[in-house]
Formats: sequence, structure tokens, C-alpha cells
Amino acid sequence: MKEEVKLMKGNEVVAEAAIRCGCDAYFGYPITPQSEVLETLMQLRPWETTGMVVLQAESEVAAINMVYGGAACGKKVMTSSSSPGISLMCEGLSYLAGAELPCVVVNVSRGGPGLGTIQPSQADYFQAVKGGGHGDYHLIVLAPNSVQEMYDFVSLGFELAFRYLNPVMILSDGVIGQMMEKVVLSEAVPRWTDEQIVAQSGSWAVYGKPETRTRNIVTSLELEADRQEKVNLKLIEKYRRVAANEVRYETFQCEDADYVLVAYGSSARICSKVVEMAREEGHKVGLLRPITLYPFPSGAIRELADRVKGFLSVEMNAGQMVEDVRLATEHRAPVAHYGRMGGVVHSPSEVYEALKREFINQ
Amino acid sequence: MSKIKGKVLIDRERCKGCDLCVAACPVHILALADQVNARGYHFSTVQQPDSCIGCASCALVCPDSCITVYRQKVEA
Amino acid sequence: MAAEVEMKPENLVYAKPRLITDKTMHYCPGCSHGVVHKLIAEVIDEMGLEHDTIGISPVGCAVLAYDYIDVDWVESAHGRATALATAIKRLRPDKMVFTYQGDGDLAAIGTGETIHAGNRGENITVIFINNAIYGMTGGQMAPTTLLGMKTATTPYGRDPRLNGYPYKIGEVMSLLDGVCYVTRQSVHTPAAVRKAKKAIRKAFENSMAGRGLSLVEIVATCNSGWKLSPVEANRWMEEHMMEFYPLGDLKDTEKK
Repeated sequence: MKEEVKLMKGNEVVAEAAIRCGCDAYFGYPITPQSEVLETLMQLRPWETTGMVVLQAESEVAAINMVYGGAACGKKVMTSSSSPGISLMCEGLSYLAGAELPCVVVNVSRGGPGLGTIQPSQADYFQAVKGGGHGDYHLIVLAPNSVQEMYDFVSLGFELAFRYLNPVMILSDGVIGQMMEKVVLSEAVPRWTDEQIVAQSGSWAVYGKPETRTRNIVTSLELEADRQEKVNLKLIEKYRRVAANEVRYETFQCEDADYVLVAYGSSARICSKVVEMAREEGHKVGLLRPITLYPFPSGAIRELADRVKGFLSVEMNAGQMVEDVRLATEHRAPVAHYGRMGGVVHSPSEVYEALKREFINQ
Repeated sequence: MSKIKGKVLIDRERCKGCDLCVAACPVHILALADQVNARGYHFSTVQQPDSCIGCASCALVCPDSCITVYRQKVEA
Repeated sequence: MAAEVEMKPENLVYAKPRLITDKTMHYCPGCSHGVVHKLIAEVIDEMGLEHDTIGISPVGCAVLAYDYIDVDWVESAHGRATALATAIKRLRPDKMVFTYQGDGDLAAIGTGETIHAGNRGENITVIFINNAIYGMTGGQMAPTTLLGMKTATTPYGRDPRLNGYPYKIGEVMSLLDGVCYVTRQSVHTPAAVRKAKKAIRKAFENSMAGRGLSLVEIVATCNSGWKLSPVEANRWMEEHMMEFYPLGDLKDTEKK
């Protein structure tokens, strides 16, 4: 498959990205607004070309445990779902994190709690960044703001997942999943061999104990407290490395900004319009867009906090990332939140009004 | 004259004294010892080694793989 | 001719299976798990699958099965073993993939995964230990607990008005088109052990031949949970369990 430029939906490019980056298997269950991922894969039939396995599971619980099995046997495996489905997957995510297995999970999130709505939302920030499942663990969380990033982050996600042997979540939303944009589909790369996986991340996978090694056991169980604590300490050390090396963010007109909007994903797209509107009226407003939500770009926010008059965290939720923004500022600048909920997408003028209300007109 | 005879070896430290081999033996030559092993179990012992027929019934039902069985045609 | 039995390899009739590790099993004295582990280890060895087997252990007493049989293992979340096995077998179709699950893991929390793996005809083997109780958590009612049977959560005996009826998962699985072999065995006598071993071998052969899902149910004891000695537990099992869970093949698509 050669490089191609196409007009595609965010959900559809996840399927293209999986095939082209050499993913070994996708296990999924239909849920709005992400069902096109599985539909597109079934349409493309990659098992006939790259040998990729695609399977519609009987539930999200089964899907994430298929991911657990696939990852345990040393393969590049992924799933996708939307908020209520991700809730069901959280047990499995905890096991994947505990057993230190690599995988990519896409959340095309919708409004909650409960069955909520099928409209876009960013109300799963806490779930993605703070845990979701039980125990001390973190996912690496990537937040795309375009169809192109939705595509690119599948490959990046696998790269990070195998580098750190940790599950990676792509936290998207119904806007990005459903909208159509131009996307550059990269040239396909072959699936990894067992030897390539061993070379880059060691011999941990189970695929039938070869004569060259003793048996491998993939487990997240340690019955003795001091041994389990060692596992926890090892994970913490890993998360420190992730935080030191993998923070990704983007700034837009922050150099001279008096006020900075902090927003990710589709909300960040809206906020870039707000920056333009404010600047047209002579207000120096900038935008900081976290690309990794875990690790969070706390350092960049901390630096800005000494020279700006305020931050507005703009999220399609009741105020979740705002807590991390506030922590990052170390109380050196005021922080406020604005966001619509329940599937309502805020307009640039609503955000601009909130910015004026909270800061500019104070 | 010759006859088939067996020889049973029991790993007494691995044995948990469950008594299943004793119950399974068709010639009733096994019994639990009065003594205990390092883990406190009354381990299984062969009481009448000469009567063993080497059928391996004891070994088959042993959950802890403690029993080794040999069988041979020997002089009667 | 020798006067005494000589301990020479040619005279050896039985020894600890090569693929059973030296680690002492954590199971209670007399627990059926140990015998089933031995059979699995023997069959893997006899089929030459030591380097091509992946086992999936459950949550329950057998969670640490990976410490005892010397092959590659994954430890599953409670009830999800067949979901893991599905992925592993599809990604590594030339390997022998089996799950080892108790009645709580398989027939309660994991019923959905078990039935759907069967219905999809996954080429895996499920070893199902049915001792009618939750052993590890201290002897609570399982879906398979017999009517009237006393457990920690049915202290007055299982009452169908309160707790429903014992679940015959083997019969349910045998109805599914993707399931090729369902058999119910036990390991309480030497003869039963030999038959159970043949059943496990047949199941593993089915998995390697791609015939669909095989389920080997082992009606087993939990003497600690049942509060009986191992020998009494075997007797109780014969008298009560086997009446409700009769031994024998429930389905075999290979049989003409």
C-alpha cells in the first residue's frame, strides 16, 4: 500500500492506520460513535493482505481481554470503543498495565454518565488520565485534534506502548471520530516478526516456550506484599521515565499572551478560533494544546504561569483537566474552567464570552 | 518360577498425607506414617513392600506427584 | 532373573511427569487439581507440544497453575480465559492453546466468554474443574452447587427458590455448533484417571486439528470446602455429584 491522500472520517482512518502500521489484530464491539472502525476493517479484509486478525467480540469485556491475550503472546493488538464501552474495559486495562503489556485503545468518547448521549464529549478525561480501573497505574494518553492525528497516533501509540510496555489510550471524541478531513495515509509497513519484538523489548511474550529459554509467565499477580510493592515501584519508575521523555504539547500565540486557553482535541480546534477572535479585538490570548494528557505538560504551564494573568481550561465536560492545569500553575496564576456538557459542543463565541467574563472584563 | 513384583518409592517431603494412595491400593500395602514430615504431614509409607504388584494405582491418583513405581518380573 | 525389583529405567512404570515442576503445589491435601495438572503435563509431553503450548490460568484455586506445568502461561482476569485464548489461538494458530478454569470462573462470571468462544468454534481446549463450590474464597456457593448442598453462602443448603438450580454447563456447551467435543470425566480412581487422560489428549488433538472448541469437564472434589477428608470427599462425589453430573461423552463430532 503506497502513500495516499484521501478525504476520510476520523473513525475510518483508525482502521487504515491499523493496517498500514502493521497491527496484528483488532478486537472490537459496536458502539456509537465509533462503530466505523470495526466496519471499515471488515470492509477492507486485512486478513487477506497483511494477515491482520479482525474479530467482533461479544462484549467490550471480551474485546479488551482478547487484547490482553493478543498482547501477552507478543503481538501488536488494539481495540476501540466509546465511553460506556471503555468503562467495561477498565478492568482489562488495569490487568494490561499490571502485567506490563503493550496495546492501543481508542476512545471516541461521548457524553455521560451512564448511557448518557451519543453526542461528543470530553467527560472521560478523569477515567483516561487518573485510572479508570483499580490499582496504581497510568495509561499513556494521546489526544488527537484532527483526522490526521487520529491516523498518526495509532502508529505512535504502538511505538510508545512497546517502548514502555504499557497500554496507550487515544482519547478522541465524537467530533473527531465522525468528521471528514483530508488525511495522508502513509505507506504500509510490514507486521513485526517475533525476533523484532524480542530485539526491541525483550523476551517476555508467551508463544510456546522455545528450547532457548525457560517458560514465560504473563501475570499481574503477586501474593506477597513486598513483591507486589516492588512491582508498584517498578511501575512508578516507568511512569517517571514516560513523564521525562514523552510530554507532547503545542502552543499557539502564547509568546506575548496575557491569557492562555488550555484545551485538547476538538475543543482545542474551537479555541484556536477564539484566539483569533480575541486578537482581532486587541486582547492577547494564546492557546496551549496538550497532545499527551498523560504525561501532562505541567512544565509548560508552570512556565507560562509566571507571566500570564490567567488560564481558562476549555473542555467539553464539567471541569476535569482544569484540576491538572491548576496543579501545574502552583497557584501562580488564576485558573478557570469553561465547557458545555451532555454532547453540546461549545461555540468559539461562547468560549470568548467566558474568557471575558472570567478574566478580561474583571 | 517367576512373578511380577512392584516397588513403590514415596517422596515423603512432597507428600501431604491425603490418604488417596492408601485408599487406591488394591493390595492394601500403604499406610500413613505415625511420624510427620517437615511440613507436618503424616506422609504415606509402604508397609508390606513384598506384596506390591507395581500397578501404579497409588501414583495415578496422587495429586502431588510424590510416587515413583517400578515393576519387574522377578524370581518367586 | 533378578530376585528383587531393580530401579532401572526399563522397569519404571510411573514417575512425576517431566513437565510438572518441582515446586510444591499450594493445593490442599487430596485436591483434584494436582491430578489434572499431571494429566495435562503428561499429554503435552507425549504429544511433543512442550514448545508449542500456551496455557491460560483462571482466577480461583488454579490461579497459580503456571507455577506447576512447565510451559508458557498467561494468567487471566476472572472468567475471561477463553477471550484470551481466542486471541492467542487466532494470532498463533499453530500453537496448542488451552484454558484451565474452575466452576466459578467458567460457569459464573465467565459464562458469556465461554459460550461465545464455543459458539465461534475457537480451536481451543477448555479444562473445566467442577467441584460445585468456590474453593479459593472459602467455600461459597458456585453455579454448580447441588440442591441442598451446604456452603458458606448457602448455610442451610442450596434452595432453588433462593439460589436457582445447579448449572449443567457441559450440556449447554454441547448444543453449540462450534463445539466439537464435550466430555465429563473424573480423577477419583485409577481407571477414571486413565479415561480422563484419554479425554484430554483427544481435546488437545481436536485443537491442533482445528475442529472447534473442546470442553473437558472434570467432576472434582473440594474436600476442604466440602469439609470432608479426601477419601470421604471421593465417596461423596460418587454418591451425589455423579448422579447430577453423570460421566461420559456429551458430544463428539468425530464419532460416527
